[in-house]
Amino acid sequence: MSNLNDMMRVLGDYYTDAAILANRQTAHLVADGTNLLSLNEIPGVSIAAETRGEEIHAELIVREGVHIINPVHMCVGILAPDGAQIIRLRTRIERHASARLIAHCLFPNVVAARHVMNAELEMEEGAQLVYSEGHYHGMSGNTEVMPKARLRIGPGARYFSDFSLTSDRVGKLTLDYAVTVDEEAVAELTARVFGHATDQIRIRDEMYLNGKHARGLIKTRVAVDGRASSEVIGITHGNAEGARGHMDCMEIVREQAIATAEPIVKVTHPLAKITHEAAVGTVDQKQLETLMAHGLSPEQAVDMVITGMLR
Amino acid sequence: MALLEVRSLSFGIGNRTILDDLDFQIDRQEIHALLGSNGTGKSTLAQLIMGCSGYQPGAGKIIFDNQLINELPIYERARLGITMAWQEPARFEGVGVWDYVSLSKSDAEPAACLDRVGLDPALYVGRLLDKTLSGGERKRIELASVLALRPRLAILDEPASGIDMLSTGEIAGVILSLKREGSSVLLITHREEIARIADRASYLCKGKIIDTGPPDEIAEQYKSRACKVCDGVICR
Ligand SMILES: Nc1ncnc2c1ncn2[C@@H]1O[C@H](COP(=O)(O)OP(=O)(O)O)[C@@H](O)[C@H]1O
Ligand SMILES: [Mg+2]
Repeated sequence: MSNLNDMMRVLGDYYTDAAILANRQTAHLVADGTNLLSLNEIPGVSIAAETRGEEIHAELIVREGVHIINPVHMCVGILAPDGAQIIRLRTRIERHASARLIAHCLFPNVVAARHVMNAELEMEEGAQLVYSEGHYHGMSGNTEVMPKARLRIGPGARYFSDFSLTSDRVGKLTLDYAVTVDEEAVAELTARVFGHATDQIRIRDEMYLNGKHARGLIKTRVAVDGRASSEVIGITHGNAEGARGHMDCMEIVREQAIATAEPIVKVTHPLAKITHEAAVGTVDQKQLETLMAHGLSPEQAVDMVITGMLR
Repeated sequence: MALLEVRSLSFGIGNRTILDDLDFQIDRQEIHALLGSNGTGKSTLAQLIMGCSGYQPGAGKIIFDNQLINELPIYERARLGITMAWQEPARFEGVGVWDYVSLSKSDAEPAACLDRVGLDPALYVGRLLDKTLSGGERKRIELASVLALRPRLAILDEPASGIDMLSTGEIAGVILSLKREGSSVLLITHREEIARIADRASYLCKGKIIDTGPPDEIAEQYKSRACKVCDGVICR
């Protein structure tokens, strides 16, 4: 019942031109539940995947010195109304290689589903990765999604990630990232989530700035309405000379929703510096009034502020 | 017949009186400068006229085009044609400069409006209205958005603050062009050289308008701090 064409149609509906999966110059991996539907390797990019029992085990390697032009696409999720998907993904970006990786996580027909991603990423010296992960969970609110990642950003490497779940329902999201940043390396983690009704959002980002002059940013943008809840925990460790970290959390809370933000700073080296800012609360009154003075209704003004924040 | 009439307006915060039985009028297609020292209540008056939250008159009437607007929320006042450029304009994450200047339903071209306030439109197409703009850029964009709205009454709160002195003339030109296109302007400033482009000026001290007249006269009075009410105590 589930096949590649269905997945491509869904991909086209929610995200992007599905023709990317037909392009042989674009590396990809497509899986529906525990079924591997398609895999394409290109020179410099190795992808291996297999189903082991209830889990998909996958490995992605970008070879030393290779600069991948087309983003690598990983298209996962569950097309059936229910089911579970557990993915173990190991990724390695070898020395001085660079790539973009885009993950599409689609649950378009979901009534009740569970998705677990256990990712390990190794970025070798001087490597660069721009990673974006977009989720679509449908309208049921019965999706449980647990993205967990352990990342190591090697000396001089650069890693940028962007997690986005901003249309329709979230369900229950438990995001858990831990990043170790080596000497002269950079890591920036961004998460953008919009929760409604009874959605539950938990985001935990922990960053260890272990190398000299390591730099890290944790940026979180959450909006919640209805009776949704959001809990954001950001932890940054400054463990080396010249390490610089910043956490920037903004949560907009409306109706009966609740939100917490907990930035934790741990500095063990006197020449490290970590800063943080958190703004949790209703939509800023001056922003709303500015937009209303330009003729927007209160609803349109709220919408514009939230949409902008989550962009 | 005045476009805006403020009658016996009083407003306080806590038990402190900010505006005290104040009377004030703006005519149609008039640039009316409001001069006064820091903290005399100019921005407070602006927010009362716009209808910002927390700014309900304690007493008195605000009448726009013969309609009592005391009870109208800000967006209904905007629909009547009132708009305001805040002294410190708000910043927005993820909102494009272009989208912001295009909010008005008027036929004004965003590019032309940006150009008129001295910003090269090509440089702002992809820019956001966030912290990355300088203070002066943000103020200019606010003026551009007011131009695009084609308001009946534009309340400009210190439009030249944060803008380099050399560009003061440019900002004055924009304000004059607003009038040419049919707007009335409440020009709030504590700089007399800007007030001089107005048709009339009023001088605010101790919560009252103490004098209204030709801008040159009022500006001189302000400059010499010849205040009849506070005797130079506030108007230092
Ligand atoms: N929220 C507030 N709480 C207390 N005092 C305020 C508040 N807002 C303004 N004020 C006071 O009201 C007075 C008038 O302020 P404002 O209208 O901003 O003056 P101006 O624009 O003429 O410089 C000032 O003394 C200011 O400190
Ligand atoms: Mg002021």
